Order: sequence, then C-alpha cells, then structure tokens
Amino acid sequence: MTTQSDIPAVDHLWRRMLANRRVLFGGIMLLVVVGLCVATVPWTLFHSESRYHFDYQDDMLPAIAPGWQVHSDPLDQTSPLVDSRAYIFGTDKLGRSILGRCLMGGTISLAVGIAAAMISVLLGVTVGMLAGYRGGWVDALLMRFVDIMYGLPYVLLVILFKIAFEPFLERALGTKASANIVTMFVAIGLVSWLTMARVVRGQVLSIRSQPYIEACRAMGLPQTRIFLRHILPNLVGVVIVYATLTVPVAILQESFLSFLGIGVAAPMPSWGSLAAEGVSQAFQPYRSSWWMLAFPCIFLGVTLLCLNFVGDGLRDIFDPKREAAKI
Amino acid sequence: MFRFIAFRILQFPLILAIIYVGTFLLCWVAPGDPFQRTERPLPPQVAESLRRQYHAETWYGFLVYYPIKMIQGDFGPSFNFPGRSVGQIIKDTLPVSATVGLIAMLIAVIVGTFIGTLAAVYRSRAPDWISLTVALVGVSLPSFVVAALLRALFAFEWDWFPVGSWTWSPKEMVLPAVALSLLPMAYVARLTRVSMIDTLSSDYIRTARAKGVGRLKVIFKHALRNAVLPVLSYIGPATAITMTGSFVVETVFQLPGMGDFFVRSVEARDQTMILGVVMIYSSMLLALNLLTDIGYTFVDPRISVS
Repeated sequence: MTTQSDIPAVDHLWRRMLANRRVLFGGIMLLVVVGLCVATVPWTLFHSESRYHFDYQDDMLPAIAPGWQVHSDPLDQTSPLVDSRAYIFGTDKLGRSILGRCLMGGTISLAVGIAAAMISVLLGVTVGMLAGYRGGWVDALLMRFVDIMYGLPYVLLVILFKIAFEPFLERALGTKASANIVTMFVAIGLVSWLTMARVVRGQVLSIRSQPYIEACRAMGLPQTRIFLRHILPNLVGVVIVYATLTVPVAILQESFLSFLGIGVAAPMPSWGSLAAEGVSQAFQPYRSSWWMLAFPCIFLGVTLLCLNFVGDGLRDIFDPKREAAKI
Repeated sequence: MFRFIAFRILQFPLILAIIYVGTFLLCWVAPGDPFQRTERPLPPQVAESLRRQYHAETWYGFLVYYPIKMIQGDFGPSFNFPGRSVGQIIKDTLPVSATVGLIAMLIAVIVGTFIGTLAAVYRSRAPDWISLTVALVGVSLPSFVVAALLRALFAFEWDWFPVGSWTWSPKEMVLPAVALSLLPMAYVARLTRVSMIDTLSSDYIRTARAKGVGRLKVIFKHALRNAVLPVLSYIGPATAITMTGSFVVETVFQLPGMGDFFVRSVEARDQTMILGVVMIYSSMLLALNLLTDIGYTFVDPRISVS
C-alpha cells in the first residue's frame, strides 16, 4: 500500500532500482534485446519478407542449419548456391535468415505487448478509478462486467473481435498486413486491462479511506482537485508495475493465437509465430530443424523472463512495507 | 449466508443472458455469412431452407429461439459439423477437457503453493531465486513449446507415456496436465510468495514463534492458512487460463477435447457451437466463482460472504 508518505523520492527510487539485482539484470537485458530489435528494423523490415534463395519450389528443401554447426549428416547437404556460413542462426524453409526473422518478430511482439500495456493503462485506470471513487452502483456494475470478462476465455474474445473488426480496419487502412497488426494490438489490449482495473480500484479504495484524503475533504477541496492531485499520484506505482507485467502476458497471448493460426499474419513474423513454426519443424523424426525452434524461444524466453523480473522487482520497490520478513 | 447464495443464484440467469446477447452480437456483426462459405453462391432456395433449418431467418428469431431450447438442454444443430448436434459434441468432448483441466489445476495449486511458500520463507536467498525462476519458465515460454518439448522427451525419446491415443488411462493424462499446469502454477507461486511474505511479517506469527511453536508448524499451520486466500480468489481466472491453454495443449497432444472444436467453430462462425460452448463455459465459471466465495468463509471465518 503506497500512501503519500511512502512514495520514495525519485532519486531514491533510482537508487533502489539499481540496488535491486533483479531489476538491474532484467532491465539491462531488456534494453539489449529491445535495442537490437528496434535498431535493426530498417534492415529486417525489408529483407525478412520472403526472400527466396531458390527459383524452384520444393517442399523437401531443407532449412539451412546455422553456419557454425558441423555438418555430420551426409544427407544434410545444403545447396551449394548458398553459403551457409552467412547465417549464424540458420534459415527457415524459405531460406530466410532466422536471425533477421527473430529481430523483426521481436519488434512486432514487443509492439503488441506495449500496445496492450498502453490500452490496459488507459482503460484499466479509468474503469478502476471510476469504480473505486464513485462506488455504489457504478462500482457494482463495472466490477461485475470485469468479472464476466475475466471469466470468458480471451481466445474467444480476440477471435470474435478479429472477425468482426478486421474487415473494417482493412478498408480503413488499405493494406491487409497493417489491418492485421492493428487488430492484434487492439484485440489483445482489450482483453488485458481487467487486472489493471481491479488493482487500481483496490488501490483507490484504500487511498480514499486514508486520513489525509478526509482532511482534504474537510478543508473543502473540490472533488476533481482531490482526485487529480492527491489520489492519482499515489496510483503511479501500481500502474507502472502492472503495466510492466501486462507486456509479457500480451506477448504470450499473441503466441497462443499464432499457434492457433490466427495471430500475426504470414509474411510478418512474431516470436510467437516463429516458435509455432519451429515446433512443427523441430520435432521431425528425420532431419530436425532445431534452430527454427531454439532461437525464437531463446529471444522470447529471455525477454519474458526479464520483463517479469523487472515487474516483480518494481513491485517490491514500490511496496516498501514488504521488507525482508524473516522467520 | 443462504440469502447471499440465493441472491447470487438469482443473478445467474441475468448474467448468462448478458453474455449470450454479447456473444451473439459479436457473431452477428462479424461479416461473412456462415451459410455461404463455398466459392459458388448457394441458390437462394437452398440458402433459405438452410436458414430455416437453423432457425436463422431473422436475427431476432435466432436470438429468441436458442435460449428457449438451451433451457431444455438442446443446443441445436452445429453449423460447421453438419449432422452433429452441439449438445452431442459438447457431451463427447467436455469430459476430456474437464478431466485434464482439473488435474492440471490440482497440480498447479498444490505445487504452486509449495514453491511460493518455499520462496517466501527463504526470501532473497537461493531457494527463492531458484524456485521463482523455475516457476517463471511457465510464464516465459508458450505452453505449446513446453508441451512439445515434454512430448519429445517423455513420449518419443524415453517412451514413458503414450501420446496420440485416448482411452481414459491416467498415463495419457500426465503430460497434457503437466504442460497445462505450468502457467497457472507460476501465478499461484507468485501469489503465495507475496502473501506469505506479508503473513510471515505479521505479529501473530512472531508471537507463535516466541511461544516456541516449531518453525515448520508455524509456516504450514498458522501462516499458510491465511496466505492461501489470494490463491483461492485466483481459482476463477486460473480456470479461464487453463481453459485457454487447453486449446493449445490439446492440439499438441491430440486429445479429443473441446478446445480444438471450439477454435475451429469460431473460425467457421459456427454460431450455435460458439453460443453453446460459451454458455456451458460461463455457467461453469459462475458456479465456480460462487463456490470460491463460499469457500472463503470456511478458510477464513472472519470474512462474511455478504
């Protein structure tokens, strides 16, 4: 429970973040991954889209193994046309570099996560504050709605949303690919604000009963001022924490959708769709293309792990009451 | 207590009606006629008779017809699987999904609570890091990857568990249930850890320790009972997560469950099937939420349900 007096001053906050090894480690790794993905966009965006290395279509064509791998399998002869050393992470079946796909996919996956976090902040904070501050029937109505939404499988909501609105977006935006990605952003965002709404509501309820809010009211401050100056600032901590924790959940949700074949559409990669493709290729009994699964999963796993580290660490920092409890 | 339960049960039809109308609207707004899925348009007479067969001539007719049938236990014919009724499909597939889901939830709650407790007791030390990192793998890798890895290792490589068949033997349920349990397990572990840390720093725990109660007894008897409360409230959402995960895990392990049917029917805009599944699912969930609320009062008698 952060109250006014508990919010650490900003420089103090920085020091605690740097002192928390989990946040520090996670944050640095995150910066590295995000930096790599975003910085390489000019190259990956235009080069990862189906660049065929072979003029003929052949389903039996193997994906090319990473360049540093020793080719011990005599059957695994990559075409002499291609220098496999050029691909340190190997290629997929269409001859596209896995490294490039992973970086591009990372940009998209992270964008999905961040879009979901932004929507969940907007919607969740609005709904949560309304419910917590107004109370009464507004609270009851909004929270029942959240309960119902919480219960429904999000896959259903996302698919229905996609079916219902993607054609409209396609007409509005012109291209299929952009409509698909925007739908993904919005659809996943629309199912991930529920936790935020609940947490913010709880926080508002607990702040509202604090003596200093009562004092404000006794002094005759207008509602809006109490709201904006005295309640909102105290929500910043939880909102940051839960926004951070929304990002990995959204990325995971996108990967589920990709696995079901309804995620980010084909030429565009995402970590989820790369992993889904990898799963189908890596466990072939004969000539397994393990690199198609391993590298996307490493990117995905490391990023999600770091996001969770940072989120959990931030929660510890913003919640000073939970100092070490020893038993 | 009885008034509370009665009130909640009276709310059920209202909530279900809202969910029904909402789902219906989303299905209906979706462009694309479920009856015109072939390249060549159907002759108007055929389309008309198809519509009549499914009671879908007008939207209000459809909206009114099916709820009345559903109350009688009939979910109508499936759009997408002609000749099979939605009720029959649900009856065939739901037990499979429910069994695996239930086992997964049990694993998740029991192991998750244990991991969370361990992490809280040894806070900021090695067991905390190890157990949480293990738990975080559950939320850091998509379950289809974990499921495929489990399948490759325990079924193909070592041949411990059979896959691809379904004869209701417990051996076939192990791998899917484990794969399914990882995500909720991670959440349960984190919830338990946080609330356990809170509980362990409270006065009554210190008092118990000071009076000479053993460490293990304090942790498992005094603290855990209070610390599992947030876990209880998480069971509803966790079921939803397990359900969603089951779509994926059932595909990987080729179980004859509801997930695959459901996803295919949503894609095909099989409206009767969607509505049927959503209704069954949300009634189960509402009942579960009510049971959780009642369960609260047994774990913590101070909480009154109203």
